[in-house]
Amino acid sequence: MNEALKIVVLAKQVPDTRNVGKDAMKADGTVNRAALPAIFNPEDLNALEQALRIKDRYPQSTITILTMGPFRAAEVIREAMFRGADGGVLLTDRKFAGADTLATSYTLACAIRKMNPDVIIAGRQAIDGDTAQVGPQVAEKLSLPQVTYAEAIDNIDLKTGEITIRRRLEHGVETVTMGLPGVITVNASAPECRPRNAKMVMKYKHARTVSEVQQEQEDYYMALHKERCYLCIPEWGAADVQADEASLGLSGSPTKVKKIENIVFQAKEAKRLSGDDGDIEGLVKELIASHTIG
Amino acid sequence: MANFFLDNKDIQFHLDHPLMKKIVDLKEQGFREKDQYDYAPVDYEDAIDSYKKVLEIVGDVAANTIAVNADSVDKEGPRVENDRVIYARGTQENHEMLTQAGVYGISLPRCFGGLNFPLVPYVMTCELVSRADAGFGNIWGLQDCAETLHEFASEEINAEYLPMINKGATAAMDLTEPDAGSDLQAVMLKATPNPDKPGEWLLNGVKRFITNGDGDISLVLARSEEGTTDARGLSLFVYDKKHMAVKVRRIEHKLGIIGSPTCELVFTNAPAKLVGDRKMGLIKYVMALMNSARLGIGAQSVGIMEAAYREALKYANEREQFGKPIIQFPAVYELLTNMKARLQASRALLYETARFVDVYKNYFHIEKERKLEKEERDEMKKYQKLADAYTPLLKLFSSEYSNSVAYDALQIHGGSGFMKDYAIERIYRDARITTIYEGTSQLQVVAAIRGVTTGVLLGQMQAYEAVKPTPEMDNQYRTLVAMREQYEAAVKMVHDAASAEGNDADLLDFHARRLVEMGGYVIMGHLLLQQASHPTAGDDYRISAIAFIKEGEAKCSAHYNYIREFDPDSLGYFKMVLEEQVEA
Repeated sequence: MNEALKIVVLAKQVPDTRNVGKDAMKADGTVNRAALPAIFNPEDLNALEQALRIKDRYPQSTITILTMGPFRAAEVIREAMFRGADGGVLLTDRKFAGADTLATSYTLACAIRKMNPDVIIAGRQAIDGDTAQVGPQVAEKLSLPQVTYAEAIDNIDLKTGEITIRRRLEHGVETVTMGLPGVITVNASAPECRPRNAKMVMKYKHARTVSEVQQEQEDYYMALHKERCYLCIPEWGAADVQADEASLGLSGSPTKVKKIENIVFQAKEAKRLSGDDGDIEGLVKELIASHTIG
Repeated sequence: MANFFLDNKDIQFHLDHPLMKKIVDLKEQGFREKDQYDYAPVDYEDAIDSYKKVLEIVGDVAANTIAVNADSVDKEGPRVENDRVIYARGTQENHEMLTQAGVYGISLPRCFGGLNFPLVPYVMTCELVSRADAGFGNIWGLQDCAETLHEFASEEINAEYLPMINKGATAAMDLTEPDAGSDLQAVMLKATPNPDKPGEWLLNGVKRFITNGDGDISLVLARSEEGTTDARGLSLFVYDKKHMAVKVRRIEHKLGIIGSPTCELVFTNAPAKLVGDRKMGLIKYVMALMNSARLGIGAQSVGIMEAAYREALKYANEREQFGKPIIQFPAVYELLTNMKARLQASRALLYETARFVDVYKNYFHIEKERKLEKEERDEMKKYQKLADAYTPLLKLFSSEYSNSVAYDALQIHGGSGFMKDYAIERIYRDARITTIYEGTSQLQVVAAIRGVTTGVLLGQMQAYEAVKPTPEMDNQYRTLVAMREQYEAAVKMVHDAASAEGNDADLLDFHARRLVEMGGYVIMGHLLLQQASHPTAGDDYRISAIAFIKEGEAKCSAHYNYIREFDPDSLGYFKMVLEEQVEA
């Protein structure tokens, strides 16, 4: 291995379920995506930060974002490029639609096989499904070792091809070493992702997928993309990743939703405070403002 | 996600000002770097779009990191360990975030790792950062020092120092000493040529009240000419912290901007390089440095006002007394309306000044490459004159308003505002320094009165009058014309009285502040009137224009009456205080 790693980061565009309003669910029990802004799945940003730290250490490394979704999911790839990723691939095809975690991880695994990375890093789970299954399933499908709940990468030994990772467990921290290539899933407790970088934003702000360029239909972009190939975000469909169609999308998804119920909270909104100085101070301020005390 | 740029339509409005086209053209010179740097713009729209995107990054860091840390930074403050400054934890985090965002060196050329942005978007970042934490605004704003190096230092020095800025090096301007505050001619720190190393100088002495004094790059004003005692013996030097020859003796305990370390420094044979020419340190370079620093304080003051206004507006809506939110009481909504008018007037003056400086500084740099055409030279002179006249006016008004808006914002909080529980208490303390450093308000008047006596301000008022407002604002326009006439009459009265035989020569200085303020009311009134006449954004400024011009009219009349009724002989009464006994 030379002084560089080929890194793939799995990322997902998700509805922002952290600030759910009244209209977050439709009457039929499905998520009202129009009411929720689409964001970069938070733990995938933690994963990206870990990848960027590897690149800080070995600047020749490359980071490629892999995401599956509709055309607009390319926003996630751009966002990652603004923060230091080198590029990305959008997996998009009608045949992918309706995938559960099994079909999703199958599709991702097909794409990763084509990319042949040294290390695959993903967020622990996405905030829309909260399953935490995709990362581990990808590893299994590719017969790669995996480390979940990662919080930090302590060491990379390029000679032996081993990576040492700290995992956050319920009652402590575990340090493990894994041979590369392998899959890592990263916790929210890992360092937050760095901000967008000014030069990267200016460099990549016109990055588009082929479909996006066609949609915008501006000669300017067409010319720009011909001239600057790094602005072109590739789109891969089922045929591009040589996937077995029966394992894709709805037909490849054994998960069947039986029923969805809307839960109305009976109790008033509750708040959990940790008891540290910041939380206590916040509570005191709130109580003073409402004149409960003071 | 909160964002201090995206939530502020007023700042965004100024980025779309018509003069920006000229500024961008001058800065990018035919977009000649578009093939050399992958982040350089290809045309005007692309450039403005890039400014917006980068301001969005700064707005994000300001709202979600710097503002969040402000309280803990204020409580923790910096400290000295082993003669070095250790920033508060939050300050370190703020600085790291902005460094990672790659926004330091925003106005430096690309060949030095900068973003090559004009001054206007840079000033906007100063405002955004100061709204989040005025103290941190200083650490951010001191990158101005790099701009001064870029203007006056040799290529060799620039190649060594400027690339450090984008990588996160901080800066300091080491000017004042225990006996040289407002009067910098008295600077005594000694610079002597190093006999062993040609081209190197050694600095020895003490500096005091140095903001971020332990920064990586220091611009130091020092006495290079032995035996001199005035400004002509002073030169400017650049010192790199890596030499470890400057010790931080202590940091001051201050009322506000606590996160910004104010240092006392001891120089012991500190190796330094000469910036530009000998003996020009104070006369030329520090004057330029101070002018850009004053623009920076203008931005800081506007940022503080924005923060104070928002805190007050929020509180006035939340707090209920006598069965309703206090904002519904005339005494409170009047305060808030006037606060907003001052805020928008100050911001209008801030960006007008920044545009003037931007145009002439761009010509200044172009002139280093090629001879300017006559029209270009004339334009450069015109804008330089305007910049020189507007800068002290901006510093004076914005800093005084920042104090008055913070004062009113705290007042609206009532007893709660006096407690440490609300952010307004810190904002109020932070505002206090703005009328003092980089030249007190009293010294701004001394600088600004030149714009009054030379007629530069009057000429600009007339230029504004040539633009007719939207019909709804005709009344305000007429008021401004009347205010301008009153201003002219007042200037004439003072001038006549001061030059009349037998009268005290102090008379012009005595009335100077009144005249300068009258000029300021007219000019800011016009700026708001123009904004209120804007075809699409006008509605956002109408109320402020009406409120501000109303207040300005009353203030102008008061000053006018004072001057008209003033018996020159009564100046003597004001001098009686000189005779008062002072307790030992």
